[in-house]
Amino acid sequence: MIRDITLGQYYPGDSLIHKLDPRVKIIATLLFIIELFIVDNFIGFAICGAVLAAVIIVSKVPLSFIMRGLKPILFILFFTFALNIFMVKGEVIWSWGILHITKEGVRIAVFMAIRLVLLIIGSSMLTLATKPLSLTDGIERLLSPLARFGFPSHEIAMMMTIALRFIPTLLEETDKIMKAQQARGADFETGGLMKRAKALIPVLVPLFVSAFRIAQDLAMAMEARCYRGGDGRTRMHEMKLKKRDFIAFALEAIFLAIVIIEARMF
Amino acid sequence: MEKIITIDNLIFEYAHSEEHSRQLALNDVNLDIYAGSFTAIIGKNGSGKSTLAKNLNGLLIPTSGVVYVDGYDTADDDTIWEIRQRAGMVFQNPDNQLVSSIVEDDVAFGPENLGVEPAEIRRRVDKALEDVNMGKYKNKAPHLLSGGQKQRIAIAGVVAMKPDIIIFDEPTAMLDPKGRKEIMKIIAELHEEGITVILITHFMEEVIDADRVIIMHDGNVLLDGTPEEVFSKADIIKGANLEVPLMVELGDRLRAQGIPVPKGIIKEEEMVKAICQLKSQN
Repeated sequence: MIRDITLGQYYPGDSLIHKLDPRVKIIATLLFIIELFIVDNFIGFAICGAVLAAVIIVSKVPLSFIMRGLKPILFILFFTFALNIFMVKGEVIWSWGILHITKEGVRIAVFMAIRLVLLIIGSSMLTLATKPLSLTDGIERLLSPLARFGFPSHEIAMMMTIALRFIPTLLEETDKIMKAQQARGADFETGGLMKRAKALIPVLVPLFVSAFRIAQDLAMAMEARCYRGGDGRTRMHEMKLKKRDFIAFALEAIFLAIVIIEARMF
Repeated sequence: MEKIITIDNLIFEYAHSEEHSRQLALNDVNLDIYAGSFTAIIGKNGSGKSTLAKNLNGLLIPTSGVVYVDGYDTADDDTIWEIRQRAGMVFQNPDNQLVSSIVEDDVAFGPENLGVEPAEIRRRVDKALEDVNMGKYKNKAPHLLSGGQKQRIAIAGVVAMKPDIIIFDEPTAMLDPKGRKEIMKIIAELHEEGITVILITHFMEEVIDADRVIIMHDGNVLLDGTPEEVFSKADIIKGANLEVPLMVELGDRLRAQGIPVPKGIIKEEEMVKAICQLKSQN
């Protein structure tokens, strides 16, 4: 089961969206989130939705795959919807006991729900269509101007790279420890929540010990391969903005302008 | 032959701060390693062989004595990266030495640290992966590969740094027999290409291809010479609680039975030849 885990939620592909420079995608995603908060009417959301739909179609990520990512936040979505619909004061259109639904409440609840759904799908498009490693690379380069002020941009990117690399290794290690303890009669599957949580403590202790051992080994291997921080380091994959990146950027700028104008007009 | 590593009066102690006690791991080791040679260092756990290996590229600094690699003192902080570029190291655990979740990015890690130009890194990475027969795995994730394959990636990562010397610290200890064979073949190929190989191991069968064998015992050099010389002193080796290669053992037993096979045979083919010759003489 551990062999086939996917890292993050990357959907492998070769589309135009996949090929875009990660920096462009990160900035575009941030702008998209800002746009969602500029928008204050349904026409604006329709424009945002249409742009997002276009991105999804070009990326060739199946809709079912995207919807799966929406499942965990369904509860939050429902909760905010209920909260808005009952709490907002205004012209009452339906009431039952102490519960009142107002016209304004419905409007705001639907509004927030759409905003939330677009927000989640929009930001998940970034991780769906970008390899985790290019994402870390992109973040490193975007933050690199801050390095001058002592911000550890290279270190953060290196940490993320190593974390990605060692997730499967640590999962395998956990599996090994659990099997070794099951072979000696440990029980992880029955009993209440407290009992199961307690049964995990003997797993966590050796797991931490082995994580420290791995860290020590890795540090030594990295030093042996001349790792000495980000200074003077070159990269095999150069990040050069291509024509398609500029076009994507121009489209994003036009989109931003439309959203701002639209919000002013209505 | 030209000396590439010089070890003078090397003493190394591990300090245990909690007990204020010190553990002597290497006790006055003197060795010269020659350029282009294939040296195997064998010993039991605790004989000091791994400590010796880590002293050869400045991962450990001598408590007293000096180690020179290509003329650079390993205790000198200013030239430590020169040394580590020249003397690459492959470790025992294939999992714990790979940095990236993509094979080719991992191989590029060393050259990137050295500040090599991107186009040149690309060339070196492709060449190094071809050298270890892993070219078609360059976009795979290391955790999906076998132990032997992971170890080959680790070797490629060192080869891409263009070292003069590669120190293998028990590279096959965690591998299955198939993976072990692959790694030994690659080590032999690298040696043929002119790289100085230092192989630390506790498998006797792996040292018979070396042109020099050093047996470590209790932090010191017990025997040092060609495989033939070293294994002709089987009694000393056994006295240090080490096994001798199968053919050496067989030769000893045959001689004890009164069958006069010559001493110093360590390879199976040679033994077969010697026995056939004896048979045809009778």
